[in-house]
Amino acid sequence: MAEDKKMFKVKIDNISVEVEPGTTILNAARLIGGEVVPPAMCYYSKLEGSGGKCRTCLVKVTKGSEADPRPMPKLVASCRTTVMDGMEVANITSPEVLDARKGVVEFLLLNHPLDCPICDQAGECHLQDLSYEHGADATRYEFKRRTFDKVDLGDKIKLHMTRCILCYRCVFTADQLTEKREHGVLGRGDAAEIGTYIKQSLDNDFIGNVIDVCPVGALTDNTFRFKNRVWFLKPVDAHRNCSNPKCCGKVVLWMRGDEVFRVTARKDKYGEVENFICDECRFEKKEKSDWTIEGPRKIDRHSVISQGHYVNTVKPKDALVEVLDGRQPKLLFDIHSESQVNRPEIDLSKIDGPAHSDDFIIKKS
Amino acid sequence: MGRKLLLDKAHIEGIRYYDTYRSNGGYTAAEKALKTLGPDGVLDEVKKSGLRGRGGAGFPTGMKWSFIAKPEGVPRYLVCNADESEPGTFKDRYLMEHIPHLLIEGLLISSFALGANSCYIYIRGEYAWIPEILEQAIAEAKNKGWLGKNILGTGYDLEIYVQRGAGAYICGEETALIESLEGKRGNPRIKPPFPAVKGLWQCPTVVNNVETLAAVVPIINIGGDEYIKFGTGKSTGTKLISACGNINKPGVYEIEMNISVEEFIFSDEYCGGIKNNKRLKACIPGGSSVPVLPANLLLKTAKGETRMMTYESLADGGFATGSMLGSGGFIVMDEDQCIVRNTLTFARFYHHESCGQCSPCREGTGWMKKVLHNIEYGKGKMSDIDLLWDIQRKIEGNTICPLGDAAAWPVAAAIRHFRDEFEWHVLNPDESQKRNYGIAHYADPIPVPAGA
Repeated sequence: MAEDKKMFKVKIDNISVEVEPGTTILNAARLIGGEVVPPAMCYYSKLEGSGGKCRTCLVKVTKGSEADPRPMPKLVASCRTTVMDGMEVANITSPEVLDARKGVVEFLLLNHPLDCPICDQAGECHLQDLSYEHGADATRYEFKRRTFDKVDLGDKIKLHMTRCILCYRCVFTADQLTEKREHGVLGRGDAAEIGTYIKQSLDNDFIGNVIDVCPVGALTDNTFRFKNRVWFLKPVDAHRNCSNPKCCGKVVLWMRGDEVFRVTARKDKYGEVENFICDECRFEKKEKSDWTIEGPRKIDRHSVISQGHYVNTVKPKDALVEVLDGRQPKLLFDIHSESQVNRPEIDLSKIDGPAHSDDFIIKKS
Repeated sequence: MGRKLLLDKAHIEGIRYYDTYRSNGGYTAAEKALKTLGPDGVLDEVKKSGLRGRGGAGFPTGMKWSFIAKPEGVPRYLVCNADESEPGTFKDRYLMEHIPHLLIEGLLISSFALGANSCYIYIRGEYAWIPEILEQAIAEAKNKGWLGKNILGTGYDLEIYVQRGAGAYICGEETALIESLEGKRGNPRIKPPFPAVKGLWQCPTVVNNVETLAAVVPIINIGGDEYIKFGTGKSTGTKLISACGNINKPGVYEIEMNISVEEFIFSDEYCGGIKNNKRLKACIPGGSSVPVLPANLLLKTAKGETRMMTYESLADGGFATGSMLGSGGFIVMDEDQCIVRNTLTFARFYHHESCGQCSPCREGTGWMKKVLHNIEYGKGKMSDIDLLWDIQRKIEGNTICPLGDAAAWPVAAAIRHFRDEFEWHVLNPDESQKRNYGIAHYADPIPVPAGA
């Protein structure tokens, strides 16, 4: 039965791929992989009904199908548009798409606080990646940004609505994974917020997964908040026999030495959770002895998390030394000859309080 | 006098009630449809009539009806969109207040043609008193055997329910309306699937405007071939126009779509000219979402033809020099009106009414409002005008539902046609707080920035 199933031929950025009918353009592009995959902030393949909201995955359909070759009049959300036979799609080859995407990134960052230096999500944040790849260097927004108070959704989850981009992923997660959904989107327009309406905790066996699906730092793990930066931790695959029948027990431990800082589900290269894990695994089991360690997790090389975790890597060749016939490059000037401040004989620990240029002048005289 | 089809009996005292409505030829169309025409006959007549959706988009109704999926054993629904929230539009309100039975009869015929046994009227929350009028009319009709089980002995059943909205503009968008009707948050759905395939409770659904459904009654009464003789070209029949703004006689007018815009504004039969003998500056011909047109482009198209009150003529020249008939909310502005302020008002409205589901509309509408606010209150910069243009360009077409477009178009048109007024606001921040720019004298269209 599966053999005689008709496959649809799709061309994305002039690369052909054959997919099953009913596949979305985004998933077809993921089959090709690489640069042609549109970014997705709200689409989540594990959550039914997600997608279509962030508009970062907009693509241009230059040919509707073999039967109806007309192009689609507007850019379409590739995560929710299914392919037709003979469809031709332009993603990175269309300047219109890139322009629209740049606009969407600007809109997403409009009210985003850009507090990455103090955000726990930094380093594994999709919005960071997106703005790095598609954003402009500066915003044109000159007004006060929208802010919300931080809310504790129970003692394990912190909601920082200011950072939220309203992708609705956590709402779908709570809806589809847990027995009762206690939070949703309140308000409308740019006053819309994720909330529980009457402030109450989210306590469900699987509610911790909202932290994993959140593309930004809006939902963070209270047991991990401000404990460490993700790129200082070493991700390790581990598993345990979880008593919860719905939980697979396969996780990633984020360790430093023998200390387990946090536990998350395993994510694929699109940042999507492979298997959802229960709250007991996530929040309660923070001892190395709770887990059977499988080995270091492979993290995509370009990710900041992979910093310092690679062994036996070859350093890129430094061409400059070769060009200089083996001599090391000469510094333009020696800082100590230029600045009194950096003279090595001044012992900063002897100075009361923060150092000031006056301290150096007094010592000198 | 222009011929009327919808409001021809609106002046009769007591037409709101069944007895008067019936004795003045009411429910004859329903009788004809159910007893002689049959569902396919009704559909044929509507197709022949060339009736176009009166809610704004102007999509041919007959075609919309023929798209509805008809799987076995799945109920179909007809939903009447009475969520008339477009600023400047109040035609449906008049129709429902004065001749509710016309709508009920239209619903009966349309449901019969579509094979729907339940019909919903989704009415905006602000029309707090109209559900009572409608429910009274429904009760009367049910008493007389026009609704309920086995109507006229044909074996056809129909129930009409009135559902009040909670006052959100976005719920006038058909998929958001369906979501709201289902009791959910009124977020527009992502299309496809279209409501004709998966609509209300995932069943095939047709959503039509009040005026469209009411217009089915005269179509059945006089026949599609006769209806097509009203109007011009593809704009057949009559259209209700709710005229407001600086005119002598604001109100709801039924026009045959063969009169010129000039006649509509200045004749005594309709708007009666500009108030206080002022001069016409600009006009928004189809509700707040459609592009504003300056006087010189409103009365004559860019080709020099007289602009008519039809779908085609008002759209002539595209968005560069044209506009849209839209929902028929005709807003007239005289020389004392400030375009910047007017645009700010609309931008504020769309910011307030954005559902917040997709990012360009959620963030962009608020941004446009803030930039316009700065310009209006003398704190604008010259670069703000280009910024506004760029924001609207990035919202338009990139959103889930047409609200993003509706928010972008007024801003785009205002900058396109009245750029010098915006520049005057920026250059004369103090003076612009004291007086208005006055009437526009410039040649039109002004060259638009590259990439527009």
